[in-house]
Amino acid sequence: MTPALIPSLGPAVPEILLAVAAMALLMVGVFRGNGASNLVGWLSVAALGVAAVLTLGLPGERVLTFSNMFVVDGFARFVKVMVLMSSALAIIMSMNWLDRENINRFEYPLLVLLAALGMAMMVSANDLISLYVGLELQSLSLYVLAAIRRDSAVSTEAGIKYFVLGALASGMLLYGSSLIYGFTGTTNFDALATLFGREGYSASIGLIFGIVFLAAGLAFKVSAVPFHMWTPDVYEGAPTPVTAFFAVAPKIAALALFSRIVLGPFAEMIDQWRQIIVFLAIASMVLGAVAAIVQTNIKRLMAYSSIGHVGYALVGLAAGTEEGVRGLLIYLAIYLAMNVGAFICILAMRRKDGMTEEIRDLAGLAQTRPGMAAALAIFMFSLAGIPPLAGFFGKFYVFVAAVNAGLVGLAVIGVIASVIGAYYYLRIVKIMYFDEPAAEFEAPMSRELGIVVTAAAVFTVLFVLYPSPILDSAAVAAAALVP
Amino acid sequence: MYQAIVFLPLIGAIIAGFFGRWIGDRGAQLVTCSLLVVSALLSIIAFFDVALGHGGARIELFTWFDSGDFAASWALRIDTLTAVMLVVVTGVSSLVHIYSVGYMSHDTSIPRFMSYLSLFTFAMLMLVTADNFVQLFFGWEGVGLASYLLIGFWYKKPSANAAAIKAFLVNRVGDFGFALGIFAVFVVFGSLSFDTVFANAPEFVGRNFLFLGQQVDILTTICILLFIGAMGKSAQLGLHTWLPDAMEGPTPVSALIHAATMVTAGVFMVCRCSPLFELSPTALTFVTFIGATTAFFAATVGVAQNDIKRVIAYSTCSQLGYMFFAAGVSAYGAAIFHLFTHAFFKALLFLGAGSVIHAMSDEQDMRNMGGIRKMIPFTYVMMLVGTLALTGVPFFAGFYSKDMIIESAFAAHTDIGEYAFVLGVAAAFLTAFYSWRLIFMTFHGKPRASEAVIHHVHESPAVMTVPLAILAAGAVGAGYLFYDYFVGHHYEEFWRGSLYLAGENVLEAAHHVPLWVKLLPLVMSVSGFALAWALYIKAPDIPGRLAKMHEPIYKFLLNKWYFDEIYDFLLVRPAKYLGLVLWKKGDGETIDGFGPDGVSAVVLDLSRRARKLQSGYLYHYAFAMLIGVAAIATWFMVMGG
Repeated sequence: MTPALIPSLGPAVPEILLAVAAMALLMVGVFRGNGASNLVGWLSVAALGVAAVLTLGLPGERVLTFSNMFVVDGFARFVKVMVLMSSALAIIMSMNWLDRENINRFEYPLLVLLAALGMAMMVSANDLISLYVGLELQSLSLYVLAAIRRDSAVSTEAGIKYFVLGALASGMLLYGSSLIYGFTGTTNFDALATLFGREGYSASIGLIFGIVFLAAGLAFKVSAVPFHMWTPDVYEGAPTPVTAFFAVAPKIAALALFSRIVLGPFAEMIDQWRQIIVFLAIASMVLGAVAAIVQTNIKRLMAYSSIGHVGYALVGLAAGTEEGVRGLLIYLAIYLAMNVGAFICILAMRRKDGMTEEIRDLAGLAQTRPGMAAALAIFMFSLAGIPPLAGFFGKFYVFVAAVNAGLVGLAVIGVIASVIGAYYYLRIVKIMYFDEPAAEFEAPMSRELGIVVTAAAVFTVLFVLYPSPILDSAAVAAAALVP
Repeated sequence: MYQAIVFLPLIGAIIAGFFGRWIGDRGAQLVTCSLLVVSALLSIIAFFDVALGHGGARIELFTWFDSGDFAASWALRIDTLTAVMLVVVTGVSSLVHIYSVGYMSHDTSIPRFMSYLSLFTFAMLMLVTADNFVQLFFGWEGVGLASYLLIGFWYKKPSANAAAIKAFLVNRVGDFGFALGIFAVFVVFGSLSFDTVFANAPEFVGRNFLFLGQQVDILTTICILLFIGAMGKSAQLGLHTWLPDAMEGPTPVSALIHAATMVTAGVFMVCRCSPLFELSPTALTFVTFIGATTAFFAATVGVAQNDIKRVIAYSTCSQLGYMFFAAGVSAYGAAIFHLFTHAFFKALLFLGAGSVIHAMSDEQDMRNMGGIRKMIPFTYVMMLVGTLALTGVPFFAGFYSKDMIIESAFAAHTDIGEYAFVLGVAAAFLTAFYSWRLIFMTFHGKPRASEAVIHHVHESPAVMTVPLAILAAGAVGAGYLFYDYFVGHHYEEFWRGSLYLAGENVLEAAHHVPLWVKLLPLVMSVSGFALAWALYIKAPDIPGRLAKMHEPIYKFLLNKWYFDEIYDFLLVRPAKYLGLVLWKKGDGETIDGFGPDGVSAVVLDLSRRARKLQSGYLYHYAFAMLIGVAAIATWFMVMGG
């Protein structure tokens, strides 16, 4: 089959829309200046929304295009919708905040938009090269976002750290890719899968090294231990809306990419990569639970929390089964809601003299701001995985999948880690409800954020009653990935 | 009808207990009393129907357990033995309910009290109507619970709480034996139904089984284990220490639970299990020994007590000993007969004592009483009637039943029978002495109470005196009226097999003992009276001098043979010490130390280390990543992929 002169653009319509919108809005920003940043922001949200709708409108079956470098299937659709939604929410969360901090620049929503585009590309990558392109687009956008507060030393430091370490990780990923190419002669996922699926194929040590480096690069993106070191510093240093964005969308995209790689081309090599994933999962869960305990800054705490949660999500991936992927997707959907909610609450921690990020500032919140305290308490309980809140089910499905895949030890360690982790989540609840009130926070959160946080809280609480939409679509998505 | 007898009190307890707030004090009293009276009237009908009119029934309520080999039903077994107990329990209970309306009138939680009383009655009725060992155990524990609740009714009083806990714990020891006995029954017979067990018991005579690593006789072991339960519940020697302390509860409770009904559960159980006990002479000897010793021991202690209720409590303990040694010499009829009459006169004495305490503004020490017979003449007469019945004065109830027991012990013509006979006679003397001592110290002589108290002494209201009168009628007439049925000519047709006898009916022989045996208890009773009169009316300064002269003996009796002290030394303190050690060292240091506290300390330590790793230096972070990659790669090289 000779490749068509013009590849089929249909499956990539959402991405094309995002690319065009980003460029068009850049022009708007350039010509209208920073005064238009709110307009640009809302238009970006609209673009993301339209892209999400278009994604939903794509056909369910597996479609390849751009010389088989780009794939759309049920898995990609499910993850893309999550990524686009959380990106849109990140823009909404930031607008009011950036205004108050006097850094309301029109580049901000555009960078989020570009990052979303990169993530969508990652999710649909079917070739090591398209993978790298998507990943770099996303990463470069994020580096800039981390440092967007140019006059703040912490923010720039965060950006630099992220950039340098990210470059190192990219280098590893590229090195791994080239090793794989060198030992197999192809970069295409389908071709790799066919090759490894051949009878009697045994992986050479060079290929395994390639896989190790590739996995290391991806592990950096999902901030799995021991490639996590940047996370606390960047989360703390970056402006809070950026942290909120970091904590959700890129994690989802990178985990999806991780899943696609190990279950797609390397599906036959499950024994090799499973060892890596199990190690990453255990290390992340334990460190996430243990290291968070002594944190006093809530953003750092959320950083360790996200490390821990990546560990739990990786448990689902380690199972390597359809059930495991389904658990992973459910986990990510629930994680999205909980984290967005929690970060909106953190964004509302503002006093007259500016933002505060210390946990002790939440003291007595239940008396000064009962609604916000209740919402944050719900998210904390849910993050700790206490039934009947949604977070419990996220953990439940991945652990069940792990047990069914024979990884009982991994599930047990996960449960123990979540017991330890419960401590710091519950400590926040205790501080809010039982300690003497600290100084009151400034005016309540904006109406949009109020709606979002309420929706997130309602989802978290009521998931137990009507979980089937998420469960079913996650099952469909998982079925698309695992043949 | 039988269902109504058993469940009306439960309904009363539920209404008063859960809805007492809505129906108020008066409502709770009305509901529980009227339901109990109805139950009592039905019981009397049942008694005539079953015991005198040859009725009887076994009513299956519903299946309780049906699990593998193990099946048990809720069923009511109505035979003469049950019918007698029904009358005793509901009769005394209804009178105590009514009496409580007056006695507890100043209390602040009347519905709770009435509810507990009714709950107790229900549990006791379940016990006496039981058709199998499990149901028996249910009732057994139920009365234990109610007893605990009622002893500790005034829960703000530390001594009441201590007494309640003590009663519960001591009973636990007995119940442990009882439960073991039930387990053994199930292991041996494969069933817990009375009918099955009793029918198959003869097969196991003389056979052994392994218990505690020893080959022991099956039936003897079972019977002694069951009897240990009875010892706890019926306050027999060794497990009796809770009963005197139980007097911390309100007086109506003492009358109902710790005199007339619950404490007789052990006697009832032994009689109910007569088909088992009869097959094990060893067990019967044990029962006789414990019973006779208790009868004597408790009587000696009663002599030296000063608290009016404690005197009666030891008297109860002693009388229960009589019942047991009657059962031990196979005179079950006499045992139940004494149980029956004792219920009347002991409840009378307790309620009378309650009336005295009520009149004396809650004074219980007899040394602070005296000379009040003119002020509360009705109560005085009632107490006199109770005392006459207790001491076995002719034609009063106790005369028939107690003499029958002593004669049976003599007629048994066994060594242990002789032992019981001698101690029984001695105890009869002591009984007369302490009973009259009580009367004399309380009602005669010069008033020793303060002016204010004496000024306030008053007769109790009718709601308290009428129950006394009814009980007095029983104390006078119950013996004479029912003598022929329980132990006399109509024995066979009255009991109709509900009491089993392996050999000759010892009661037959008891009717034909020498005259001196028949007269001896009376002589003892009169001498006891005479001595008490001499010491407490004629020359009231002698007791004090006697006590001084024989200080060790007096102290020995006053301190109840030092049972409490010995237990305290041997059991309570070591247990407390052990508990302290386990708490401080075991729980605090070992489990908490290595468990929750240790783990959290380790986690915290790890957490601090993890924070230290997070140095903030870029090259540290990059180094960590490279180390990670290197480690994973090395892993695969070593493991060979």
